[in-house]
Amino acid sequence: MSALLDVDDLSVEFRVGPAWRRQSIQAVAGVSFSLPAGKTFALVGESGSGKTTLARAINALQPIASGSVSFKGVRIDQLTRTQMKPHRRRMAMMFQDPMGSLSPRMTISELLAEPFRIHRDAAHDIHEQTRQLLAQVGLPAAYLDRYPHQLSGGQARRVGVARAIALNPALIVADEPTAGLDVSVQGEILNLMMDLRERMNLAMLFITHNLHVVHHVADHVAVMYLGRFVERGPTREVFATPKHPYTQALLSANPEPDPDRVHTRITLPAEVPSLLARPGGCEFHPRCPRAQSRCSVEAPVTSDNGAHVVSCHFPLTAGQASAVTR
Amino acid sequence: MNVLSIQNLSVSFTTDGGELQALRNVSFDVPERRIVGIVGESGCGKSTLISAILGLLADNGQIQRGSILFEGEAINERSEQGMRELLGQRISTVFQDPMGTLNPVLSIGRQMLNIQYRLADSKRDKIARCIDSLEQVRIPDPQAALKRYPHEFSGGMKQRIAIAMALMMKPALLIADEPTTALDATLEVAIIELLQQLQQQIGCAVMFVSHHLGVIAELCDDVVVMYAGEVVEHGSVRQIFNHPQHPYTARLLECDPARHSTAAIDSASQRQNTLRLPTIAGEIPDLRQPTRGCIFAPRCDRRQLACDSTPPVIEVATGHIARCIDAGNS
Repeated sequence: MSALLDVDDLSVEFRVGPAWRRQSIQAVAGVSFSLPAGKTFALVGESGSGKTTLARAINALQPIASGSVSFKGVRIDQLTRTQMKPHRRRMAMMFQDPMGSLSPRMTISELLAEPFRIHRDAAHDIHEQTRQLLAQVGLPAAYLDRYPHQLSGGQARRVGVARAIALNPALIVADEPTAGLDVSVQGEILNLMMDLRERMNLAMLFITHNLHVVHHVADHVAVMYLGRFVERGPTREVFATPKHPYTQALLSANPEPDPDRVHTRITLPAEVPSLLARPGGCEFHPRCPRAQSRCSVEAPVTSDNGAHVVSCHFPLTAGQASAVTR
Repeated sequence: MNVLSIQNLSVSFTTDGGELQALRNVSFDVPERRIVGIVGESGCGKSTLISAILGLLADNGQIQRGSILFEGEAINERSEQGMRELLGQRISTVFQDPMGTLNPVLSIGRQMLNIQYRLADSKRDKIARCIDSLEQVRIPDPQAALKRYPHEFSGGMKQRIAIAMALMMKPALLIADEPTTALDATLEVAIIELLQQLQQQIGCAVMFVSHHLGVIAELCDDVVVMYAGEVVEHGSVRQIFNHPQHPYTARLLECDPARHSTAAIDSASQRQNTLRLPTIAGEIPDLRQPTRGCIFAPRCDRRQLACDSTPPVIEVATGHIARCIDAGNS
């Protein structure tokens, strides 16, 4: 399969604790997926589920423990910094905090010229290029001489988008691109990203915890729990007929702006377990409303047939899934 | 009886660029035992409103006109010392960031005892009250929790502890400022349900500030919609969400991706394109030079000539008011 991005059995480990009691935790534990050109793949999950770590590992910002990441058929996980450089310009990253990723001492035009400078791509007229970039993300040229603190949250995101598309990448990894934005501004940024996706045939890896946004933008979605995918499939299918009880609980926990709606909630007991003490068997069983004795002993194997896969001993049937979510 | 009544409140800040009118002529009531939601986007004056009520406005801010009545008393005339008798006892708050609320160097128990410093009870009674409150918010093993420090708890637990502290003195009014924004969806729902339950138990009124329309729809009885420092619409949660009268409210609701049905998204993706999300064109006005007439007019698609003069406040149904000349016609 000639996907743009291929992630195979990827694991990332962190070492924690003082030197005399060093422990290692698996923040990402054996994740596989592939992303074809021009498609959007969304990662959802709660805080600490490993979404951001996975994104950083894919972008070679984080050393990986095992598995592989291939970009356009080339293994990029073992490359040195210099070897990585030509690939990096084809995969752009949009970070969570737009203000934090824009240097407060540089003007917008300097910030937009930075990618060209780093990759020594200054053959053309840089001024013209930054002007065009700014126009592409819908900001007037007057903003070129401004500093980041003079921008609103939405405008700062637009500059983030402009920087990401500067070198004409094939893939954008966007970590919570709309977190902290007002709904009307969130719509603007999502529309912009979707327009660019179509125009530039961009593939996107979209990290978010907003399920409504996922429904809008993603072709495929994966639900992460403790560093693993518990369910993965086409967005429409996963939303209409979730198979994993965790996915179902996440979907049911989504407050909707309709006061007449009668909610059938699945409340998950207890807290997310620590990565230092992963539960045995199925890692979700201590919180699972449908857990049975088998779940605490035997880890479920991901059924690897078809596009919609789930890692659960007792996946929900279509009837059970729709009874709660829609 | 209204626990809190805001009457014609105007607040402005002195800035280098001139006088910034952060709140203009804001009026609404928080009746006994009701949960009133304040909704609006960044810069609409939600935080200024809370600071004004708590008497915590920055030094360059001042109340120009109007009054803040708490249980019938104009508390904006109280001294700082006088406010201290109310805050934490009769009026308490839960903020967005629980880590900013809790003192990192004091144990939970010490902080909860400190809140009760005005009470003449014995220490044993005070500790019992702490344990009670923690039990109410379902903190496991509250006895041991008292000895622990904030960093030993997860985000959701910290927010529940903050709620326990806020409600421990059985206040008449709880002000909740985006209390679930920093939390995951599953925790968010749990906190909402908890707040709802405790509010009924204690019988306090709640002013719930949020920009999350889903949370407001689920939790609140009444809703106040704010835009650029003004109340543009006010009514029951059903009136606001099912029959919005102000164009801003209507547009805001449309913008929420959650409002789009699964069917609409699916049919769009079958046509091989994404459903475009509605947005509100234009930007929030500069409150140093607010426009004459309707504040929303520059961004409104139902604008007419009359919008250049101050819009009337129209009561479209009992308890449902909108500050728009076109209200009631749609």
